[in-house]
Amino acid sequence: MKTPEKHIGKPMNRVDGRQKVTGAATYSAEYELPGLVYAVLVGSTIAKGRLTGIDTKAAAGAPGVLAVVTHLNAPQTPGSKPTGKDPSQPQTTGSALRIFTDDQIRFNDQPIAVVVADTLERARYAARLVKGQYAPEKHQTNLEAGKAQAFLPTSAKKNPKSPMNDYQRGQADAYKTGAIKLEQEYVIPTEVHHPMELQAITAHWEAPDRLTLYDKTQGTMATRRDFAKEWGLPEENVKVIATFVGGAFGNALHSWPHESAAIIAAKVANRPVKLMLTREQMFTMVGYRPHTWQKVRMSATADGKITAITHESIGQTSTYEEFTESTLAQTRMMYQSPNLTTRYRLAALNVGSPIWMRGPGEATGAFALESAMDEMAYLLKLDPLEFRLRNYTEQDPETGKPWSSKFLKECYRLGAERVGWNQRQLAPGAVRDGDWLVGYGMGVGTFGAHRGSSKASARLLPNGTVLLQSAVTDIGPGTGTAMTQIAADTLGLAPAKIRFEWGNSDFAQAPTQGGSAIVNTVGPAVQEVCLALKDKLRELAGAGNAAFASAKKEDVIFADDHLTLSGNDTARASYADLVKQAGGTAVTVQSKPNGENGQKYSMYSFSVHFAQVRVHVLTGEVRVSKLVSCADAGTIINEKTAGNQMKGGAVGGIGMALMEHAIIDDRFGRYVTKDLADYHVPVHADAPDIQVAFVNQPDPYVNALGTKGIGEIATIGVAPAIANAVFNATGKRVRELPITPDKLV
Amino acid sequence: MNQFQYVRPTKAQAAIDAVAKDANAAFIAGGTNLVDLMKRGVMTPQKLVDINRLPLRQIERVGTGLRIGALALNSAVADDRLVREKHPLLALALNAGASPQLRNMATVGGNMLQRTRCAYFYDVAMPCNKRQPGSGCGALEGINRMHAIFGFSDKCIAVHPSDMSVALVALDATVLLSGPKGDRKLAFADFHRLPGTTPERDTNLEPSELITAVEIPDSPFTRHVHYQKVRERASYAFALLSVAAALDLDGNTIKAARLAMGGVAHKPWRLAAAEQALVGQPATEAAFQRAAAVAMQGAKAFKHNEYKLRLGPNAIVQALKTAAAA
Ligand SMILES: Cc1cc2nc3c(=O)[nH]c(=O)nc-3n(C[C@H](O)[C@H](O)[C@H](O)COP(=O)(O)OP(=O)(O)OC[C@H]3O[C@@H](n4cnc5c(N)ncnc54)[C@H](O)[C@@H]3O)c2cc1C
Ligand code: SF4
Repeated sequence: MKTPEKHIGKPMNRVDGRQKVTGAATYSAEYELPGLVYAVLVGSTIAKGRLTGIDTKAAAGAPGVLAVVTHLNAPQTPGSKPTGKDPSQPQTTGSALRIFTDDQIRFNDQPIAVVVADTLERARYAARLVKGQYAPEKHQTNLEAGKAQAFLPTSAKKNPKSPMNDYQRGQADAYKTGAIKLEQEYVIPTEVHHPMELQAITAHWEAPDRLTLYDKTQGTMATRRDFAKEWGLPEENVKVIATFVGGAFGNALHSWPHESAAIIAAKVANRPVKLMLTREQMFTMVGYRPHTWQKVRMSATADGKITAITHESIGQTSTYEEFTESTLAQTRMMYQSPNLTTRYRLAALNVGSPIWMRGPGEATGAFALESAMDEMAYLLKLDPLEFRLRNYTEQDPETGKPWSSKFLKECYRLGAERVGWNQRQLAPGAVRDGDWLVGYGMGVGTFGAHRGSSKASARLLPNGTVLLQSAVTDIGPGTGTAMTQIAADTLGLAPAKIRFEWGNSDFAQAPTQGGSAIVNTVGPAVQEVCLALKDKLRELAGAGNAAFASAKKEDVIFADDHLTLSGNDTARASYADLVKQAGGTAVTVQSKPNGENGQKYSMYSFSVHFAQVRVHVLTGEVRVSKLVSCADAGTIINEKTAGNQMKGGAVGGIGMALMEHAIIDDRFGRYVTKDLADYHVPVHADAPDIQVAFVNQPDPYVNALGTKGIGEIATIGVAPAIANAVFNATGKRVRELPITPDKLV
Repeated sequence: MNQFQYVRPTKAQAAIDAVAKDANAAFIAGGTNLVDLMKRGVMTPQKLVDINRLPLRQIERVGTGLRIGALALNSAVADDRLVREKHPLLALALNAGASPQLRNMATVGGNMLQRTRCAYFYDVAMPCNKRQPGSGCGALEGINRMHAIFGFSDKCIAVHPSDMSVALVALDATVLLSGPKGDRKLAFADFHRLPGTTPERDTNLEPSELITAVEIPDSPFTRHVHYQKVRERASYAFALLSVAAALDLDGNTIKAARLAMGGVAHKPWRLAAAEQALVGQPATEAAFQRAAAVAMQGAKAFKHNEYKLRLGPNAIVQALKTAAAA
């Protein structure tokens, strides 16, 4: 007997790669439905106040216009909660901003009308004819000013167990009495996800109470739930399809006003409606990484043991929704500090709501923490890697629990070697190559290894192939490919004989794609459903062949599309024959979240990023010349797509460190960065050949696959690695991102 | 986008007539700037006169100079053998601009006439004297990181964003125009204007005048040239500021120099006094620094672009150093 070929871990090509590169993949704005019409949003031009009037006459009379919907004529959506009634409550009914229901303006470019026309150009033209009249009120969009009214999130006030509460271990603010002290402030600006694909939805009322949405979302089931509630419909009456998502990075984790608008527009026009945001609108109404101020105070002994850390953060949110994220989580568990204080606050501004952006709060927090670690190492005249090793944690200092697995030291070793860390000079500004100063820096990242609950369904088809289905989306990481590999190994089938279908809310329940949790969560469900399918096959084989019926379970071999028995050369049943004999077979399993192990162990993925940068002595331009990312993410299902994830995350980190910066003119409360010529994301020339290394050790407790998640740790820690390298190159410490040339000349 | 008429004449005169007849008409070449502005509602022509069929694409020697047709593509000019041989500075500047895709669409005439990237100009909900005279200058007390340090007025502090134009002004180019009143030539240095009290006018082009070509006289600046563009990412970004530098060296002595800056004024900014300061000097960093100091005389910054006062001289020195070593 030959051992079945293993697919897990292999750099298999993406199952949908061909579709994507040939244009055969259909995205949310590409569904051509009969009678399809186009919707364009009209945004407010003030940041706060009241809409005293809205002139829609010219728009309504413009050629091709089918409907102009405003708060004066919008149909009521029975399940919506009024906007901002309780900003602390996570909204479960559509967008947190209930559009077209009142005259209040809460942020600039808030949708005040939606225009529907027979062509996009006509809709866009008519939208420009809609004129709002306003009674403006004094707005606040400036975080520095808003900080004065910063508050503890309501969720923390209500729930003493919320991680958003103040945290304390050891003595409060003990840094004051430390031997070597550091006290610094760090700021990250608002950053916008800006996936290549703009936010888009095609809304189709198939019947007055049946809605189909082709929507850019990271969670088909969450979107279904939100809009079913918004319209007071049973969930099964709403179907959400998101087969292909052209990147999201978090901005499709939430239901947004434009989705509500498209659905309302489709109702009013009684036609399927397509609505795609413009790049300008991507800044204002579909979330962003919030502008955040942080302060780190740290003390250490002269021999490099941290004695105390106090880390505070104030993040921006909107006035109608309290968005919180885990900015301070990494600080509480990364280093062995006996005394530790964290305080998390929000500042509510007249802006649209933020939403998690890749590596979310942790990436923001890591910029402050990992910069401070570098600053402290410098004060101590210690190598920053050595300083981290002296404060390494062998168990979670926050909970006292053992790690489910932790190979961060191994990551340190791998990364330091590859980047050439031994070339690093302790003194900044010491290495010069022509007109360029050269420096090295490192930054560490961590993110909870979450496993949620999920279902998966599997069906063996008469031709011997297996169809798996899950409502999960694949926003680019290669979910479909990884699941195919997991199924292939579990079933003993070639990947080509497996079809994994995703991105449809009618498929087996799955969580929203986010928080690096999909392989951890859906992977085990796929594995379990495949095991269940094998049980079924064994049963079927037993019915036709007594040898199988009497065999011990572990003696049945599944390989090469057949069941065989070890030690029995004649017993052999093909999958195809079995399914023909049974007249079809289908199984669905419910896979459970990690209960008990989650109680016993602290579960995290870890990463470290090492950067070498070059800074031009005269122009202050920074180029990342080397970037090495090493991850302890448990088992790697697909070396290629996982490596891809790491590289993409690192490029995101380069953007965060060096260029991404959405700017509001506070006088108008309006963005002045409005397109990708103003808001820079890295181009190829900004990314070196990023090297990725995985420890690839299975975690024994998160799930049976041994995975821990990659998506977030790919970004967390990259920005401080670059900032620290810039310091090492130049002696200039930039504590407010991005590190643009103006800050270095 | 507004409804508009669209015509595509094949003769220059017909194109000029088509625009002259209609106060709200505009030429369109590559469309890479105009179409964006139309989508944002910043420019709302009622008639587009597509000039792509006019025979204005040649790059040829004329007398002791090079004539480049107004419709020559940015990429074609940058790749042209004659251009690379005679005016490598122009090729460098062109290749520093935009992206290959855009350079394959953008034309020489359109590049000169591209409008400022000032964010207030682009947003019809914000004040901007250039877009709407009398509405105020949003940038003056707003976000003015990218704005001018030379030649501005209290009506407008925008900069001209073109890279190509910085090289052309350094190379003493001439613009060839054809209009209802006939043909004329304009020194490139006089083509763009300072904002003064009428920032709505970017150039001295008369209504319905067509750019037909630019001419660049032969010069000794065929080797020691450099276009230094400082930007926030390695490629595909407008300049924070830029410097076109050209040296004519005799051994290590500077016989003649050309120096111009982009991203610092409402027009490409020729630095004549600094050029003079270089003549007869040795090509050393010290001499470059002295010239840079001369170049920056009179510069004045606003709230967010103070860095340009430091970056400017540094970029000049870097450009000259690189040019000298070329
Ligand atoms: C994302 C992006 C990045 C860019 N980055 C850069 C950069 O880094 N550096 C840089 O220099 N540029 C940059 N550009 C600008 C680009 O160079 C210009 O858009 C382009 O050169 C304009 O040429 P066009 O032929 O497309 O002009 P069009 O858009 O067709 O026309 C522009 C204007 O010129 C007028 N016009 C055109 N031809 C003539 C003519 N022959 N006679 C009279 N009037 C005429 C038109 O009426 C219009 O008003 C960028 C543009 C984009 C979109
Ligand atoms: S600088 Fe010029 S273009 Fe910008 S807002 Fe002021 S007037 Fe308008």
